[in-house]
Amino acid sequence: MATPAGAPARLQMLGITKAFGRTRALGGVDLEVMPGEIHALVGENGAGKSTLMKVLSGAHAPDGGRMLLDGRPYAPRDPQEARARGVGMIYQELAIAPHLTVAENLVLGAEPRRGPWMDRAAARDLARRTLDSLGHGDIDVDAPAAGLSPSRLQIVEIGRSLALGCRVIVFDEPTSSLAQGDVGRLFQLVGRLADRGIAVVYISHFLEEVRRLASRLTILRDGRSVGTHAVAAIADERIVAAMVGRDVRELYPRSPRRPGEVVLRGGVPGRGDLEVRRGEVLGICGLVGSGRTELLRGIFGLDPGGRTEVGGRTVPPGPRAAWASGMGFVSENRKEEGLALALGIGDNVCLPSLRKLGRAGLVSPAERSRRTLRWIDDLGIRCEGPDQPVGRLSGGNQQKAALARLLEAEADILLLDEPTRGIDIAAKARIYATVDRLVTDPARPRAVVMVSSHLPELLGTCDRIAVMGRRGLGPARPVAETSPEALMAEATAAS
Amino acid sequence: MSTDTPPPTKARLGRALAALGPLLALALVWVGFALLEHRLEGTPILGSAMFSREAVAQVVQQSVVIGIAAIGMTFVIIAAGIDLSVGSAIALASVVAAKLAVAGHGAAAVVLGTLAAGGAAGLLVGLLIVRAGLIPFITTLGTLLVLRGLALGLAGSQPINIQELAWLRFWLNGLPPGWEWLVIPPGGWLMLVLAGLAAATLRLTVFGRHVHAVGSNEQTARLCGVAVDRIKVAVYVIGGLFAAAAGLMLASNQGQGDPTGANGYELDVIAAVVIGGASLGGGVGSVLGSLVGALVMTVIRVGCGLNGIDDSTTRVVTGAIIVAAVLADRLRRRSA
Repeated sequence: MATPAGAPARLQMLGITKAFGRTRALGGVDLEVMPGEIHALVGENGAGKSTLMKVLSGAHAPDGGRMLLDGRPYAPRDPQEARARGVGMIYQELAIAPHLTVAENLVLGAEPRRGPWMDRAAARDLARRTLDSLGHGDIDVDAPAAGLSPSRLQIVEIGRSLALGCRVIVFDEPTSSLAQGDVGRLFQLVGRLADRGIAVVYISHFLEEVRRLASRLTILRDGRSVGTHAVAAIADERIVAAMVGRDVRELYPRSPRRPGEVVLRGGVPGRGDLEVRRGEVLGICGLVGSGRTELLRGIFGLDPGGRTEVGGRTVPPGPRAAWASGMGFVSENRKEEGLALALGIGDNVCLPSLRKLGRAGLVSPAERSRRTLRWIDDLGIRCEGPDQPVGRLSGGNQQKAALARLLEAEADILLLDEPTRGIDIAAKARIYATVDRLVTDPARPRAVVMVSSHLPELLGTCDRIAVMGRRGLGPARPVAETSPEALMAEATAAS
Repeated sequence: MSTDTPPPTKARLGRALAALGPLLALALVWVGFALLEHRLEGTPILGSAMFSREAVAQVVQQSVVIGIAAIGMTFVIIAAGIDLSVGSAIALASVVAAKLAVAGHGAAAVVLGTLAAGGAAGLLVGLLIVRAGLIPFITTLGTLLVLRGLALGLAGSQPINIQELAWLRFWLNGLPPGWEWLVIPPGGWLMLVLAGLAAATLRLTVFGRHVHAVGSNEQTARLCGVAVDRIKVAVYVIGGLFAAAAGLMLASNQGQGDPTGANGYELDVIAAVVIGGASLGGGVGSVLGSLVGALVMTVIRVGCGLNGIDDSTTRVVTGAIIVAAVLADRLRRRSA
């Protein structure tokens, strides 16, 4: 359904432009959201979604164009004013002060007060009523926020927007911090917000989510809106094509695979065992928290208790020995564990293999740059140069840098934990293509173990898939002999 | 289901225990020295010198300077800051107080002038951190030297005698004659009153909760419209005001404004706050805990003295207790 004729829009953004120095971030964006509508905003990283949302939330002033909120001019000077006018944001990273209680977090910045004193009773009461109205009255408003799961913290954040009386709520990749089961609950909640007449802007990389939730979507590319469509009336391929500006023939390229000998046998007591052959991709699926990450970490020696054999020889415990044996590991948590965000791309890429960069313990910066440039080129890392801090790259390019580290270390066995989490579809395509190239490299076929919560990606890239269930890792089955339904059933089986 | 929220009553009990933890530790150390005395001297445990009025008064008297400064430091540390210049600020305050008194100013002018000096020192630190974006550790390492230099310059490198300044000496020079019913020196009561005010401010005011929010997650606080920079400056000013009050108590105790006094106190003050359960990462801390931390360190010193334990051992024991306190706190948190 297109715009209902005559009905006043809750939010209109018309011809918004914004430049930073000589870089044009937004070159004319139109967005219109009706009351009670869930409107998806999709586009590659760098397409301008976050800049647009920063304009909406008052963090940046637009250079051109205008905004209307319920038909009245809207030009917030700062986020506080945006919140006061009723525009709330739920960011990807939870905005929670872990040491404060649930109630204190919910009223943070808008505390009910009596003179200098915080009116604690009013704050708790407001928190309780708000959470109740969201169907989550079971959350203890006096509990410290630190003890709550990410999904509950997100509910507290949504409550914060509601308590302020927000009329527009923007969700930026809200499912990236959630476990599978909590996603459904979030969707219900978002639906409930729309039922109350709140206009929801929903940013996501997952077209599946967009289809489940949104009625319309707006596609951004290179800082421009390239179309608003009813979700039901547009096919996935057309959405992706509009996002990247060209046809994507195959998201999951698959060259003929010729698995060789078993190169890795590993296991962790209670979590199961796996073996992987040279020249194949072994996928591990299962619910978040089922122990997939722990299995991989144990095999790589990051957690004690794992047993690992590479090429028939036992690898001593510890990541140092694991690197030496030809293994490499990409952490699911790239910001806290995977990468040193303040350091340059070169420092990050060469960290496990610094000894190659010079003699007698010296490191040659020129050699580091030379080697790093090769991977920047090879993997298409969009950056200013090898010394740019990794923290300033987009998520997809950070993940490419994490992968480059394994290649630079000449790892033959690649353990990848959620390698495409939170990155855009073009970067995902690049990573899938790289994995395919690595396992089919005729000179040096690698072995890859990929943990993922995203079933289409496992089915698209892997040769065999094993499911992590309650009793540990199940048997690995060839991709051709399984289906999303069978995998999901096995992952959620009671015992 | 809701596995992440423990049943409210049990959770509340846990939180109450966590709050009382430092007090239990204090009792443990105090009784420990009584037991030690019992082992060494054979004194009955309840008749131990540790439980005498004199010992109690002595412990409090020796804790007041560190304790009052630690109250201010609690604000700073909860906001994820640190102030290494607090010892220098205390010395500077004692000198300013003595100079004003010697110049013939009355009590009110001396107190207000000293507080103004302390507040100004805190303001300087806060503005350097917020406006110039400097790291608190390095900034206050610098002001540690600057303030000490100011104190030395102001005093001409000599202690300024104010032995006869009765209204100031009243506060922390043993129990004044006729005031024995106070049990502990008036300065001790002042410390408790200030602690009560500070604890209420941190727990119950919007400002206090914003201090916690800034220390817990600065980005979030900013996102929610908390005036982060103003909060940061404010905690250093508060730290400076309490350092000034501690300086007045030091001058009261010693009868002089000493530019070389309070040397190394910054470490005792920070240790007191940390023993009291604060996290140097910010977001956590309690005024009660900080006071207890200051008392624990004094009890160790007094207890070792009473039992004839030499200075070298006392230092080792104090250090070990600081580490043990932090360790115990971690274990408690994990079990909670």
